[in-house]
Amino acid sequence: MAKHTAHARHARDGNRPSKPGAGDTDSTSAGSEGFAGGLVASVGEHLTGRRRFLGYLLAAPTVVAAAQLGESLLGSQTAGAAQPVPSNPQVADNYDLSDAIYDAAKPTSDLITVQVHSDGTVSHEMVRTEVGQGVQTAIAMLIAEEMDIPIEKVNVTHAPARPELVWNQLTGGSTAIGSQFTPVRVAAAIAKGRLLDAAAAKWDLAKSELTAHAGRILRPSGQALSFGELAEAAAVTENEKVSAELKPESDFKVIGKPQRRVDAMDIVTGQKEFATDMDMPDALPTMVCRPPTINGTVKSVNNADEVQNMPGVTDVATITTGVAVRARTFGQCVDAIHALDVSWNGGPVEGTSDTSIEKELKDAHPPWVIPGTPGTKAFEREYTFAFTNNAPLEPATAIADVKEGSAEIWAAAKLPITAQGEIASLLGLPVTAVTFNVIGSGGSFGRRLFNDGPLDAAEASQKMGKPVRLMWHRADEYRQGRGRPMQVSKIRAFHDGEVVHSLENRYTSVFTDFGHGFGDLMAQYYTSVNPDTPLATNPGSGLAVSQAIFELTAVWPYSMGPTKQLLMEVRQPTESPGTEHNLTTFNTTAMRQVYNPNVVAAQELFVDELANEMGRDRYEFRREFAKDDKFREVIEKVAEAGNWGRSLPDGVAQGIGVHEEYKQHAACLVEVDCRPETVNRKIPGGTTGPRVLRVVFVSTVARHLVNPLGAEAQLQGGIMDGISLAQTNSLHLKDGAFLEGSYDDFRYTRQWNVPTDVKVILLPEDSEAEVGGFGEVGVAPTCAAVACAIGAARGSYPHYLPISHNAGIPFEVKPHDPPIPQSPTNGLEHYPAPAKASEETSLNP
Amino acid sequence: MPEHSFTVNGRQVTVDIEDDVRMLWVLRDVLGVTGPKYGCGINVCKACTSHYNGRAFNPCSVPVSKIGPDDEITTIEGLPDTVGSDLHPMQEAWLEHDVAQCGYCQPGQIMAAVDLVKKLHAEGRDVTDADIDTNMRNVCRCGTYYRIRQAIKDGAERMKGTKKGG
Ligand code: FES
Ligand code: FES
Repeated sequence: MAKHTAHARHARDGNRPSKPGAGDTDSTSAGSEGFAGGLVASVGEHLTGRRRFLGYLLAAPTVVAAAQLGESLLGSQTAGAAQPVPSNPQVADNYDLSDAIYDAAKPTSDLITVQVHSDGTVSHEMVRTEVGQGVQTAIAMLIAEEMDIPIEKVNVTHAPARPELVWNQLTGGSTAIGSQFTPVRVAAAIAKGRLLDAAAAKWDLAKSELTAHAGRILRPSGQALSFGELAEAAAVTENEKVSAELKPESDFKVIGKPQRRVDAMDIVTGQKEFATDMDMPDALPTMVCRPPTINGTVKSVNNADEVQNMPGVTDVATITTGVAVRARTFGQCVDAIHALDVSWNGGPVEGTSDTSIEKELKDAHPPWVIPGTPGTKAFEREYTFAFTNNAPLEPATAIADVKEGSAEIWAAAKLPITAQGEIASLLGLPVTAVTFNVIGSGGSFGRRLFNDGPLDAAEASQKMGKPVRLMWHRADEYRQGRGRPMQVSKIRAFHDGEVVHSLENRYTSVFTDFGHGFGDLMAQYYTSVNPDTPLATNPGSGLAVSQAIFELTAVWPYSMGPTKQLLMEVRQPTESPGTEHNLTTFNTTAMRQVYNPNVVAAQELFVDELANEMGRDRYEFRREFAKDDKFREVIEKVAEAGNWGRSLPDGVAQGIGVHEEYKQHAACLVEVDCRPETVNRKIPGGTTGPRVLRVVFVSTVARHLVNPLGAEAQLQGGIMDGISLAQTNSLHLKDGAFLEGSYDDFRYTRQWNVPTDVKVILLPEDSEAEVGGFGEVGVAPTCAAVACAIGAARGSYPHYLPISHNAGIPFEVKPHDPPIPQSPTNGLEHYPAPAKASEETSLNP
Repeated sequence: MPEHSFTVNGRQVTVDIEDDVRMLWVLRDVLGVTGPKYGCGINVCKACTSHYNGRAFNPCSVPVSKIGPDDEITTIEGLPDTVGSDLHPMQEAWLEHDVAQCGYCQPGQIMAAVDLVKKLHAEGRDVTDADIDTNMRNVCRCGTYYRIRQAIKDGAERMKGTKKGG
């Protein structure tokens, strides 16, 4: 590999081991601190009690109120100024400590604002990313609540990357709403206070005589001024530090009530804009011809001129990840990719397969450390989980316009500041020359923690000297994209037939890439609360970061004596940053709920098998061994609501899964039909198999659930993920490449596997739990419950998930060279099933 | 470059484009009609589902040369006009049940649902779960399937009240 390429690749990879991340997806309840440690901390200073906060009025033509998002960058705090060196050393080349200190010196630079406009609307640029989890709706609710304005008048958009926010512009770990709960309301409260002041001055009345209602300020006589009429009068000419009192919870009329999504109308009418929908006629469609094996590289392009002259094609350029082609339409990009003759270097995982990686994982299990005690018997099981893929329906996309000395990007990103820094570094520009505009995405599930699309787009635009509208093909996503890698969970308990005396879990995974952006945060916060973590002694180690994340999220919910859960990872990046061939492993990410879908599925399968071994009812066993009252409560509730033990036909069985995450305790009960007539039902091109008939999901709720309707939606979505992970959804690895190329191959849940009865029960708010978030917690208990029910129905428990994975390859593998399939031409004759699928018989596990 | 004429959402258009370019790209990249989404390009995910002369089809898998001057293409943007209203009853049902999460699949879901219900109503049938199992192949990676089922059944009832929707 040429030196030049190696550096480019290094600049682009996300594998630098010392930069961890956290989970994915976010949801609709709130608390005062984010998962990853103190994201919210406080807003200004608390003055009197919990409801009075300091903020600012900013100089502007209409009233703009601001709250400090976090305390880390307040100018007077020297510790804060010294810490936030942006996480990426390539970034520091351009945006260094002095820039950070400079930014920190601006006392209002890290504020978030609420602005009132003359037309009576209120706007806010959120510093979280809407990926479908509903954060935009929840933030609009917070503003509507605090300002007493109808939610239709609140416009919440995405802020561009704001490097001065450092750790405060990230979306992950189900923290989005929790982290914004206070600062957004403080800014809104200050704005409303100022409108009240302006009205009081106009009418020459005391502020206390006035009230705000439905976007207007009312005086006792009934006379009213709208927010819009007051917006200019309320403006200030110099920044002013002010205080505001938040509405008491007892007065909430919006927060905690079901609210439909604010973007629903745009969505159902086709108006919602994703990155590739943007009206920028010069940004022509661009795709990348990618290597046939994972992370392979271009050796030579043998017919670039010929391809360049194809109809519609404007440019062909080699970039780090392959050969980029730009054309009038994406269809012509596909044609160009098919016509390209490229010689490739093999990738770093060439020759690997499902079996070889499974063996590596099993060989890496450290030995057991907890010995058996006299009179006890060992019970041991091992569970394997296949590779999977984030597969958001919108693939990686971005628009990039790179000019001499500057660049502007439009794309979805959960870590926009990281994206901006990586792009600056790749293009050789200062961070300040890169504008990164955040666009809401068509799903994430961990995908948008990495900026593969924006980086491809920026590099292609720079090489071509033209704006590009870049998109990954679906097949690219499966074959070169990201997901949760293969993992093996090995569990051993010692029991005496009555009681379990000890429990040990050896959990081994392929390297999980937590990327840039979370590393410093983890190093600072987690090592201070847990000085024993390997991360404290070994801050540069990717494994230590992974272990820290694992420690932060793995919770064995049962009292089973001394309990030890330990993570090991294989296939860490083998060379350190700055050296050649840094991209030496699989492309992975913190996929929705990170390790836990598999950790919990193994845990609950093991508990089922152990209960059976000890001759106990699987529910009673869980209830009795529940570690605390909250676990016991959700186990009892789910059994009651799901009618545990009711009589079911042979081949239909129940299963339970239990988990705690983000201070919320959850349990899921499912009924799965494994009778042959169900398992063998035919859907053209579809994997059917067992059918989940019924799901009951119970969760405790942390304080300040903002939108119950959104929380329910997140759980319903998580339930579908759980079903697919247990049954159908995986990637097959063969000869260093993944075989899947379409959704019919990849087999995420489709309607034919959806239960027709799904009940989500949210318990009353738990006053002890400050932090919440429902973006992820639906997945693991459901995956576990489905796997357990299938085991019970069949009388033999699965030890490899999804259960379909080793039942053969029920699809024709699409070629890897060219890397993407050509579009069919017979769509008018084949609807709804594609032609190929109509001929195929489905293969059932 | 060959010229192709047809109707999109009630508007007669002519495009200069090679014969084999698939309709999804003609709509999105040439005409700027971005309601139909790309999710696979091979007639699997159904994110691009639109209507061809009133019946569902997947424009990612149909070359523009197969579309003639008398053919009418309807995308999500043109759906309300087919019932002479601001919103199609199926879109209303989607709002009522707050179906969408990220929203990327939903234009295709709605177009597929309308087609399914129209077909069943023409046969004098109501939509069943089994119909949804086999006909609604649209992927929703956010997992909104459960609300989609509720919305389809609700939308089907609402469509009975509209003239052309039934
Ligand atoms: S993009 Fe047309 S079916 Fe997937
Ligand atoms: S709502 Fe996101 S893919 Fe369906």
